[in-house]
Amino acid sequence: MSNLLDVEDLSVTFPTRSGEFEAVRGISFSLGRERLGIVGESGSGKSMTGRAVLGLIRPPGRVTATRMTMNGEDLRAASPRRMRAIRGKHISMIMQDPKYSLNPVMTVGRQITEALRTHEKVSQREAKARAIEMLDAVAIREPERVMRLYPHEVSGGMGQRIMIAMMLIPNPEILIADEPTSALDVSVQLQVLEIMDKLVRDRGMGLIFISHDLTLVSGFCDRVAVMYAGRIVEVCDAGRLHEAQHPYTRGLLNSVPDLEHPRDRLEALKRDPDWRSAPSVSALL
Amino acid sequence: MGDATLGKGRPAPLLARWPRKALSLVVTVAVTLLGLLFVTFMIGRVMPIDPVLAVIGERATQAQYEAAYQALGLDRPLLVQFFSYVGEVLQGDFGRSLRTGQPVAQDIARVFPATLELATLGTLIGVSIGVPLGVLAAVYRGSWIDQIARILGLVGYSMPIFWLGLMGLLLFYGILGWVSGPGRLGVFYQGLVPTRTGLLLVDSAIAGDWTVFRDAFSHIILPASILGYFSLAYISRMTRSFMLEQLSSEYVTTARVKGLSEWHVVWRHAFRNISVQLITVIALSYANLLEGSVLTEIIFAWPGLGNYITTSLLANDMNAVLGGTVVIGTIFVCLNILSDILYRVFDPRAK
Amino acid sequence: MTSLPTPTTWRAWLTADAPASRRQARAASLYQGWQRLRANRLTMLGLAVLALLVLAAIFAPLLAPYSPYAQSLGDRLLPPGSEGHLLGTDSLGRDILSRLLFGARISLYIVLLVVLVAPVLGLLVGTIAGYAGGIVDTVLMRVTDIFLAFPRLILALAFVSALGAGIENAVLAISLTAWPPYARIARAETLTFRGADFIHAVRLQGAGPVRIVTRHIWPLCVPSLVIRVTLDMAGIILTAAGLGFLGLGARPPSPEWGAMISGGSDYLLDSWWVATIPGLAIFAVSLAFNLIGDGLRDVLDPKDSGQ
Ligand SMILES: Nc1ncnc2c1ncn2[C@@H]1O[C@H](COP(=O)(O)OP(=O)(O)O)[C@@H](O)[C@H]1O
Ligand SMILES: [Mg+2]
Repeated sequence: MSNLLDVEDLSVTFPTRSGEFEAVRGISFSLGRERLGIVGESGSGKSMTGRAVLGLIRPPGRVTATRMTMNGEDLRAASPRRMRAIRGKHISMIMQDPKYSLNPVMTVGRQITEALRTHEKVSQREAKARAIEMLDAVAIREPERVMRLYPHEVSGGMGQRIMIAMMLIPNPEILIADEPTSALDVSVQLQVLEIMDKLVRDRGMGLIFISHDLTLVSGFCDRVAVMYAGRIVEVCDAGRLHEAQHPYTRGLLNSVPDLEHPRDRLEALKRDPDWRSAPSVSALL
Repeated sequence: MGDATLGKGRPAPLLARWPRKALSLVVTVAVTLLGLLFVTFMIGRVMPIDPVLAVIGERATQAQYEAAYQALGLDRPLLVQFFSYVGEVLQGDFGRSLRTGQPVAQDIARVFPATLELATLGTLIGVSIGVPLGVLAAVYRGSWIDQIARILGLVGYSMPIFWLGLMGLLLFYGILGWVSGPGRLGVFYQGLVPTRTGLLLVDSAIAGDWTVFRDAFSHIILPASILGYFSLAYISRMTRSFMLEQLSSEYVTTARVKGLSEWHVVWRHAFRNISVQLITVIALSYANLLEGSVLTEIIFAWPGLGNYITTSLLANDMNAVLGGTVVIGTIFVCLNILSDILYRVFDPRAK
Repeated sequence: MTSLPTPTTWRAWLTADAPASRRQARAASLYQGWQRLRANRLTMLGLAVLALLVLAAIFAPLLAPYSPYAQSLGDRLLPPGSEGHLLGTDSLGRDILSRLLFGARISLYIVLLVVLVAPVLGLLVGTIAGYAGGIVDTVLMRVTDIFLAFPRLILALAFVSALGAGIENAVLAISLTAWPPYARIARAETLTFRGADFIHAVRLQGAGPVRIVTRHIWPLCVPSLVIRVTLDMAGIILTAAGLGFLGLGARPPSPEWGAMISGGSDYLLDSWWVATIPGLAIFAVSLAFNLIGDGLRDVLDPKDSGQ
């Protein structure tokens, strides 16, 4: 039986002035009906991994993999047309900052209904009703009014909830959340996460949760893959993170202030050049 | 961009902010126009032609000279003279043209429609080709179409417009015979349709006289295309750079994530975001064409404002030159302001 | 005494990973820019055309087969390739090639004069506005805006008509219309440097505003002005040619390219070369400047480059 997603030996390469740059270097992972966390410092290749799965790496960037399947269907062989049908309908993505990821000159309502009507033949009126319903599901009050607003007229937390509504309205099976709360005020981060988590659970979706915050990820996910310099250096169950072996993971754990065991100062992460060259750890199921 | 605190979802009270903005706009326009008049006034003052002699002729006596000097108000302080000049201009009085013997304002009203028609058609050509070309060049960045856009732009920025006009005449009129030569209308067709707007294409269409329309078209198409080429070079370059900026932004990725087709991503999302910027560019290029028409009109013996200004200039007819300069400058300023206003009206972020 | 570094050590010095001095760092970054510029073939083509122009201007008396003014009514309107007249003759029987070569001098002369006047004017206005701030700034920038709002060619026409025709007046007119963008750039640069620590330090040492502006701020504004001037050069050449064409630039017998086109336009349909050839020369030179400008922009701002 195949999983929602199976990826083997995925690489993403960009040509640069000083030769090829490998943003992702041969990683393998699967996603079941679970919540998989991908953690790593900025620039470690997390976003490129998510975008590669969606077929969103544009030339001159290159994606290679020995296997990339969704429900057994080969994504590498999918035509552009098929990929468009998959995007949004089967796999969706929430990006970091709603200030930039929502179209500034289109009303919220149009952006949501557009997401639905791309994949389902429904009338404008029905699309609108479903959009309002969806906004309601992400805990937005007065959804009719919000539908008519432009993105700059809503706050960050609200924007991100709109984004969630927009991305979940065609009922995808897989959601990639790329640092969905990093740009938000701390006060609304948890609320947004809870809304997302509840929807993903209720619909039995698979979630890839990308973040640089190991504690946050361990609280929300079933499994965690730790990325460093384009490779997965360690995979473990979220509940057993304290047993993690890799010094990088340990470093990430230790660099979080711990209220119960306060220390005089936090350790700065020391990086070992060997980590970079060590082979990628498989996160296949 | 609105700030995050706007976020409670209530748009800022629009009307409360308009009057102040409108006021500052009016002040800006007034100051700019006043400055413009000051520059032309000063040019008029420092010119080597003696305005008194221009009026009374070389052989006048000293007494006549003094009288004329006073009659022209030249004995008053400079500032007073300036403000009386401003007053006259505001009443549409640019003085009398020495060359035509008519009031300059009347002359300008007569020749302006020809220029307007030329520049408008030129802009239409430039926009209808330049915008799609710029968009395609950005979407297919680095491809052959991008190269073509780039070369067209480079060549357009490097060619003397009057020379391109001559080459066009040589090829399309002299050698191929596809279009009519200089002038606005063949001699046989002149005066056949009543003047309503002064725009020959429009007037002949209204009159339903298609032979006149065809002749007018065959006269205007070459100069308009040449002006259009220059606006195309500018518009496609700006469109391309605006589009590149939008295409690399996050909301475009969002649109792709939704599964939209490239066509939708490009035109409904990215292009919509540049349409307001584009209006500004088009207004600017329109203004530039009014200016570019000066040289083109000479080549094509086009009886417009540019031709009027240069002919007057060569005849040392200062009133006519300054009047024409003020008119074109004012149009320039107005187009700038207009694009600013359109920006505020059409961009939801500007509110 | 140390000996002069040999070529290989020069390169080593320029490409050193850790430059030892500020001068070395600056030289190294210039060198890198030059390397990138050199990789751009079109830019190199532009530079080559420019070099040709300069050579033509310098050696015009040696290269030209005839005097640019020598009329020979028996040889009028000879087509290109005629015996002794490679590019043909004009309506007065003057050799077009010779006039073209001498015309290169005029073009260069105009460009150099404008480049000497307009940016300096802009630099003065911009740095004064930026350094003084307050009401001075407001007024100067308002004036700049007014000049920017003017259609340039028309303004130049009006200026020339007031000053009288002639090369120097054309240059002055072009400069008077070309300075506002430079003023804006200089002001922006001044604003970024005004609060910088090293300016404070200089001020503490007792330097007055004039000294600070001329000795410390001007040199910092120069690089961005140089780039902008390069980008504007083609426009300057075209405006100058336009004035020449209208008979407001260089006066008739002089072999200014725009004026040559004007002289040829009367014979366009029968003797196409008289107007065509000088136009090609103008086109080649302003294209060269545009190619160089494009290359420079690519080096400085890779984001917007064609590739
Ligand atoms: N178009 C591109 N060209 C070259 N390098 C790129 C490009 N896009 C991303 N990268 C590089 O890929 C690396 C991984 O990026 P990303 O996946 O966004 O990291 P993150 O883990 O922070 O999400 C970064 O070092 C980034 O510089
Ligand atoms: Mg990222």
